[in-house]
Amino acid sequence: MTVLIQIPTPLRGFADEQAEVAVAAATVGEAMEQLVTRYEGLRPHLFGDDGKLRTFVNLFLNDEDVRYLEREATPINGDATLAIIPSIAGGAVAEPPAAAQSTATELSPEEILRYSRHLIMPEVGSEGQLKLKQAKVLMIGTGGLGSPLGMYLAAAGVGRLGLVDFDVVDESNLHRQLLYSNADVGRPKIDAAVERLREVNPHIELTPHPVLLNSSNALEIFEDYDLIVDGTDNFPTRYLVNDACVLLGKPNVYGSIFRFEGQVSVFWGAEGPCYRCLFAEPPPPGLVPSCAEGGVLGVLPGIIGSLQANEVIKLIIGQGDPLIGRLVLFDALRMSFRELKLRKNPDCPVCSENPTQTELIDYEQFCGVPAVAEEPALNDMIDVTPSQVQSWMNDGRDFSILDVRGPQEYAICRIDGSTLIPVAELEGRLDELDPSKLWVVHCHHGPRSTRATNILRDNGFQQAYNLAGGIDAWAEQVDPSLPRY
Amino acid sequence: MIELSQGDLARIRAHGEATYPEECCGILVGSSEKAADDEGTPLARVARLVGAENTREQENRHNRYLIPPEVILRTEREARAEGLDVVGYYHSHPDHPSRPSDFDRDHAWPGYSYLIVSVREGRARDERSWRLSNDRSRFDEEPIRTPEPPAI
Repeated sequence: MTVLIQIPTPLRGFADEQAEVAVAAATVGEAMEQLVTRYEGLRPHLFGDDGKLRTFVNLFLNDEDVRYLEREATPINGDATLAIIPSIAGGAVAEPPAAAQSTATELSPEEILRYSRHLIMPEVGSEGQLKLKQAKVLMIGTGGLGSPLGMYLAAAGVGRLGLVDFDVVDESNLHRQLLYSNADVGRPKIDAAVERLREVNPHIELTPHPVLLNSSNALEIFEDYDLIVDGTDNFPTRYLVNDACVLLGKPNVYGSIFRFEGQVSVFWGAEGPCYRCLFAEPPPPGLVPSCAEGGVLGVLPGIIGSLQANEVIKLIIGQGDPLIGRLVLFDALRMSFRELKLRKNPDCPVCSENPTQTELIDYEQFCGVPAVAEEPALNDMIDVTPSQVQSWMNDGRDFSILDVRGPQEYAICRIDGSTLIPVAELEGRLDELDPSKLWVVHCHHGPRSTRATNILRDNGFQQAYNLAGGIDAWAEQVDPSLPRY
Repeated sequence: MIELSQGDLARIRAHGEATYPEECCGILVGSSEKAADDEGTPLARVARLVGAENTREQENRHNRYLIPPEVILRTEREARAEGLDVVGYYHSHPDHPSRPSDFDRDHAWPGYSYLIVSVREGRARDERSWRLSNDRSRFDEEPIRTPEPPAI
């Protein structure tokens, strides 16, 4: 059947300026496919990346909207005319909704002096500075990302800054978490952070939320804020923050860091994709190591957290191009920034038009984390405790120690006389070990050495045992002279 | 470039103020020409406006709008009968700047002019007009011309 497709005026430039194109096709879908095959330049304006007709593009077969017929499967009988008609939809970039609610309507003389370098720029000016003063921003986490975020947002004059954290300052935090100093080790982070940020700017309101964020308290806490900044280090909280933001229609300024690489984006279900559009499902537990397991360059959260602060301020003052629908990847070793375009997933379980999930769920379970952190259970078959090994030493038993950590870890601390073979190399280096001997295998905390011990057992090492709790438990219980990390 | 009368521009602004805090929208009918410059910049010369009802469901009306395809089809036919065409659309951004959102970009075609008027606290502020780039990656701003009415 021949169908005459009428090309809309604005798109004729993509079809050799023709007003009508005749194709032979049995269905509407077939006719459209022939059209865009002939004029490839038309395709992106009619079809989305998913190969489906764009939602605002409508087809009228002999003046009947094919939505009310059989859509693209509508058969073409006899000679027909097919019109391509847009429907018009659009919308403003929503700004943080509460910006107009606050009572702050002017800046004090002290504030004018303090923010003068902002005020003299037309992009900020008094109007922008007042928006900052009226803004309410909630920071999830006051660690590596939270440190620069908190300091810059406080310094910039964000009127109310909420902080969520439940952690205690540890010595291993100090190489990157500049909110804290030596004297803070052992204190709740949130106390030390509020104290420090008050020194940075006494004109702002600081609201501590010393809680473990979960599905039952997130919505209530988020409710009072215009904008949420995600500075968490774990997947359950990241999905929780995303979903709660989508449900409440609030923007989520996201950042994450690992070793030498970082990511930044603005996820805002109302305006663009959310975190779930990018990562529908969390990775299997253990696959992506945390900073505690994989390490992180101390300056990296300084860079990524500052980028997040930049996006927060832009969203509040309504200037520039927010990172909505874009993911920035930073590589500190190559010193490169890359940008990925993100698209809203039309089937996203939380932010699509027809979401399948309309309330918060159990995110620990969603991410495959056991509900209760289990004590490392002693496996009688292959585990030995530090005190058992100590008694073997005291009894003068003949055994060897195999350390399966990485060489950097070995350089930090080691048990005297141990042999180092990283677990990844073990299977290729079994011939270096005597299978008839008694072996005690250890790593940092236990998982790698459990794997290694099983490898040894499978290869005829009848007397291979795993040191439960790793060298950390050893340092704690047997040899306090060893540095812990 | 887009050219429309001061009267039509005033009507667009008034439409945005009348529907505030909801969005207004409408169709620009006129002729697509090339400007008399070296590049042959596309020029949309607006002859008249067709105001449209905002038919989007109530809850989303403050930041989403929609002109159904039937209305556009009908307007297109009527325009062609006069030797004119649909050259673009206008809409308002209540309490937001007059720049297109990502949503606007996903729902646009190159070749049309998209005129946006920012309405803040019930008062029309500034208006800007945009064209989608051929690769759909961005909107480019185009100048708005409002020629003086000819002297009588």
